[in-house]
Amino acid sequence: MPLHVELVSPEALVWSGDVDSVLLRTVGGGDIQFLTGHTPVLAALDICSVEMKRTDGLLEKVAVRGGFVEVSNDRVKILSDQGVLAEEVDPNVVRGQRTEAEAALARVQDELERKKAEDDLKWHAAQLRAAGAE
Amino acid sequence: MAGGQERALRGRIKTIESTKKITRAMELIAATRVVKAQERAAQARPYAEEITSVILDLVAAGAATQHPLLREHPEASTACVVAITSDRGLCGAYNSTIIRLAEKELTDAKAAGRPYRLVVVGKKATGYFRYRGYEIAGTFLDVTDRPTYDQARDIAGAFREEFEAGELASVNLVYTRFMSAASQEAVSRRFLPLQVDEDEAAHIAADLDYEPSPTVILNELLPRYVESRVYSALLDASASEHAARQRAMKAATDNAEELKINLTRVMNRARQDSITTEIMEIVSGAEALKQDKGSAEDLLPDLLNPSHAFAQQLDPRDAARSMH
Repeated sequence: MPLHVELVSPEALVWSGDVDSVLLRTVGGGDIQFLTGHTPVLAALDICSVEMKRTDGLLEKVAVRGGFVEVSNDRVKILSDQGVLAEEVDPNVVRGQRTEAEAALARVQDELERKKAEDDLKWHAAQLRAAGAE
Repeated sequence: MAGGQERALRGRIKTIESTKKITRAMELIAATRVVKAQERAAQARPYAEEITSVILDLVAAGAATQHPLLREHPEASTACVVAITSDRGLCGAYNSTIIRLAEKELTDAKAAGRPYRLVVVGKKATGYFRYRGYEIAGTFLDVTDRPTYDQARDIAGAFREEFEAGELASVNLVYTRFMSAASQEAVSRRFLPLQVDEDEAAHIAADLDYEPSPTVILNELLPRYVESRVYSALLDASASEHAARQRAMKAATDNAEELKINLTRVMNRARQDSITTEIMEIVSGAEALKQDKGSAEDLLPDLLNPSHAFAQQLDPRDAARSMH
């Protein structure tokens, strides 16, 4: 029996479908791969690229910006603040944004801004990873 | 004079016709926007449902009860009111209902001797409350036409941290709930502290593994839950606004149509009146002349002979020649 995945962001359902496995990164817990029959888990999601192996053998990649993942009864619910499908990523645009973010990181003063700039950088890296451009 | 009245009426009919075209266009635009807003609400629903179910799981696991967003703050007395209105008018009683409801909350707080904190969304409420000298803690414009999640986050940020810090006793959200295209309802909802129905949570299996820990996850999750609730309130308000505008504009279009029919009727009568008057004038004039001159046969030849009418002005030699 496959895993059923629902990846939602506040504004829309980003992706849903049946998969054989889900690979993602959690805050503090590192990379976790979920297969059928996984024990129920609720975890905080890092800014990363979620890799899902679809039942038809294709690899689906989605860049997510933080959030949560809940796994129970072979259902995977991924709630992300922002989610972008790999095919929607334009590597050139994202590289441009990343250069800007790097410049912003070099300028920042206080801790809060630094955290935000670092998150931006991670987000750009995740998008590029999802698109297979890096 | 009669012709002048007809011309004035024609002008008014033209004005009404062009007004009708505008209101009709606005009605159609509002109708498509209602559909779009409903679609957006439908798209936002999966996230709202999932986040609610995750929170219920956490509550069942016993992690929830003491979080500052979930518990009462007896030490605070300030009541926070968030009023969601539109930026533009021409949507019937949509804005005034919300404003009235929000003002009632404020007067209640004042009557109870408690300070208030007012956060407004939309130009209409901003104008109203500023003009009446209310103290406005936060203003958000350009939101309800097409709300985004980022805006919801900003609005939630205007009261969430204060509530967590124990400065606010309650947060009420005053907005219009969208039930269907035909019915919307202005409501004042107790928003914070969050209400979690524990009965519903109880029957959910709570044997989850947590990564890193239930408390940490809850701390991350609840702010997002607040944002998501604000977002769905904004989407509701947006759909309601467009529905209200559609209805108001439909009424205006119907009114214009009726006014046009009535005015056309009045104009036709005025025209008929002036024609009748003209005929009456001609007939009565002819009648008057007939009585002066006796028989009808000699009436016209006599009148047409200029020497009768202008005997003094005509040259007698000319008259003699024509007589010849």
